[in-house]
Amino acid sequence: MEQDCPHLLFYGPSGSGKKTLIMALLRQMFGASADKVKVENKNWKVDAGTRTIDIELTTLSSTHHVELNPSDAGFQDRYVVQEIIKEMAKNRPIDTKGKKGFKVLVLNEVDKLSREAQHSLRRTMEKYSASCRLILCCNSSSKVTEAVRSRCLNMRINAPTEGEIVNVLEFIGKKEGLQLPSGFSGRIAQQSNRSLRRAILSFETCRVQQYPFTSNQAISPMDWEEYVSEIASSIFKEQSPKRLFEVRGKLYELLINCIPPEIILKRLLYELLKKLDSELKHEISHWAAYYEHRLRLGQKAIFHLEAFVAKFMSIYKGFLIETFG
Amino acid sequence: MAPVLQSSQPWVEKYRPRQVKDVAHQDEVVRVLTNTLETTNCPHMLFYGPPGTGKTTTALAIAHQLFGPELYKSRVLELNASDDRGINVVRTKIKNFAAVAVGSARHGGYPCPPYKIIILDEADSMTEDAQACLMPCGAPWRHTQKLQDSSSFVITSAGIIGMGMSLITGPIIEPLASRCAKFRFKPLTEEIMSSRILYISKEEGLNLDSEALSTLSAISQGDLRRAITYLQSAARLFGSSISSKDLISVSGVIPGDVVQALFSACRNGNFDMADKEVKNVIAEGYPVSQMLSQLYDVIVESDDISDEQKARICKKFAEADKCLVDGADEYLQLLDVASNIMRAISNMPQECSFGS
Ligand SMILES: Nc1ncnc2c1ncn2[C@@H]1O[C@H](COP(=O)(O)OP(=O)(O)O)[C@@H](O)[C@H]1O
Ligand SMILES: [Mg+2]
Repeated sequence: MEQDCPHLLFYGPSGSGKKTLIMALLRQMFGASADKVKVENKNWKVDAGTRTIDIELTTLSSTHHVELNPSDAGFQDRYVVQEIIKEMAKNRPIDTKGKKGFKVLVLNEVDKLSREAQHSLRRTMEKYSASCRLILCCNSSSKVTEAVRSRCLNMRINAPTEGEIVNVLEFIGKKEGLQLPSGFSGRIAQQSNRSLRRAILSFETCRVQQYPFTSNQAISPMDWEEYVSEIASSIFKEQSPKRLFEVRGKLYELLINCIPPEIILKRLLYELLKKLDSELKHEISHWAAYYEHRLRLGQKAIFHLEAFVAKFMSIYKGFLIETFG
Repeated sequence: MAPVLQSSQPWVEKYRPRQVKDVAHQDEVVRVLTNTLETTNCPHMLFYGPPGTGKTTTALAIAHQLFGPELYKSRVLELNASDDRGINVVRTKIKNFAAVAVGSARHGGYPCPPYKIIILDEADSMTEDAQACLMPCGAPWRHTQKLQDSSSFVITSAGIIGMGMSLITGPIIEPLASRCAKFRFKPLTEEIMSSRILYISKEEGLNLDSEALSTLSAISQGDLRRAITYLQSAARLFGSSISSKDLISVSGVIPGDVVQALFSACRNGNFDMADKEVKNVIAEGYPVSQMLSQLYDVIVESDDISDEQKARICKKFAEADKCLVDGADEYLQLLDVASNIMRAISNMPQECSFGS
């Protein structure tokens, strides 16, 4: 990437390699010095008219770039973004030819950036474009405002295909000197949902569990997935307030272990869809979308997860009565 | 890769017109401002219109042409969404700025009229707290009056407010809007876009055939900023010969066959097949909002779907769009839309049959 690159926006599902790509890009732009990063806990005092706001945030920086998760600052994210960009504009690095260079600001999870912060980027991206280039990174570009998107070169990073995952696994196997039975890496790839991170992780787990590998070795799902699968079968078996109460405890357990509620909901839907009739599939997937939306708007995830389970129970019970009397 | 001219600026900045007369297609405002340059009479102005049509460009150009580089800093205050525009900040900044009186000596060949200019760019981005934030923006006017009473200087602050589409219809800014000369910035026509793009291509040494040119105009929908960004992106990725396909690939438009695959899966009526396609769209990283708008076009143009079915589907599109804006999960929303298309096409009842 030469000097005249526009701002960049990388988007794509998680595990598709956006971070890796960005790091590689920085290395190519600035050489090895981009690797010399230090982690800092930075403090900002922002003057907001009547009061000053204290913001603390962890940044990762080298002489050429700064990386941060602005959404960690919550509703004060826009102050952080503005302060950093202005700071960067002030201390511009001098390149080898004595010209003033630019710094790169890597912002992760821009889809979680507040609307105000995104808006505040619009003119900033134009105004400071000589001194600062932005690299934005997010899962879904739908959540990035059009105004920001149209100021960036949009780079879609797709998830690797199963074939590509297999190749990587075999490559790792070779490097580590492991014997892979035929079809083994294929099965891991199949269960990975096209996430390379996930595939490598379960590869590692398999290695710990049993080596040499056998061709029919079980590739165990993650603990939490198993847990969700148990929830699914338990609500298939019985639809009652008592069961709902039990499920509630399990959902709490998952939430406490920091599994994001929308991930739980999607996984639960996945498990339910496996066993449902076509007509019910339409209905249940509709309610999943409905409650996930509510969950975003609300504050207490558990209410909405529970409501979805209750809805499922009621629909499924109605179906059973209609079909079997 | 063929060499591309190097420059440290994104092209959008590099090719921003510096003079009012170079702003294309916005004849009315250009006429008024050209007049301003002669008479130095500058009304309060409100620029509104879709993105990338020259609002910021025009505001900056007139300010520069009136005051020149030397006086610019002391005479022009540019506040945009990136500055903190809370009530107090706006009030103090504008007050401090307007409080210092200025004379009217010509300076370095620029007209330098005896007033200051305040540019409130992107006033619309304050949608949510607009009420709180925009009203104090009226301050310069009130403030000016007070200053006129208490001091012997006559000061006028000219305010230029640039904003995007959204707010002009809202009731909030009425008191503000009524004190301004309003200028609507029109989306640029294909010819204007093409000629501007051709000019940039020539400057940068790019090769663009006529098909690529018309594709670029079409996908940027009257937004010149977008067109220029796409052009630069394509030049970076594909070198100096740019085809229509290259432009589509940098524009984020989803390839037709991907949209068709999802649509045929829905037509087929098999839930699992549709689910698989939806999963694929997500894994490929296509933005669902984009998918919805392209799918929408396909459905509206289909001859074999009845109006009633179309209406049913469109209603769902609207709901999903709103949910996405609220931050709902893309997979679940697209799956729900797909399921609704299936049910509409096969005339399944809209209401759920078992849930109560
Ligand atoms: N009417 C126009 N004439 C010439 N260039 C334009 C025009 N409108 C937009 N542009 C180009 O698009 C870019 C963005 O324009 P800008 O004025 O920032 O748009 P906005 O209306 O969103 O403020 C500018 O850098 C300029 O190159
Ligand atoms: Mg603008």
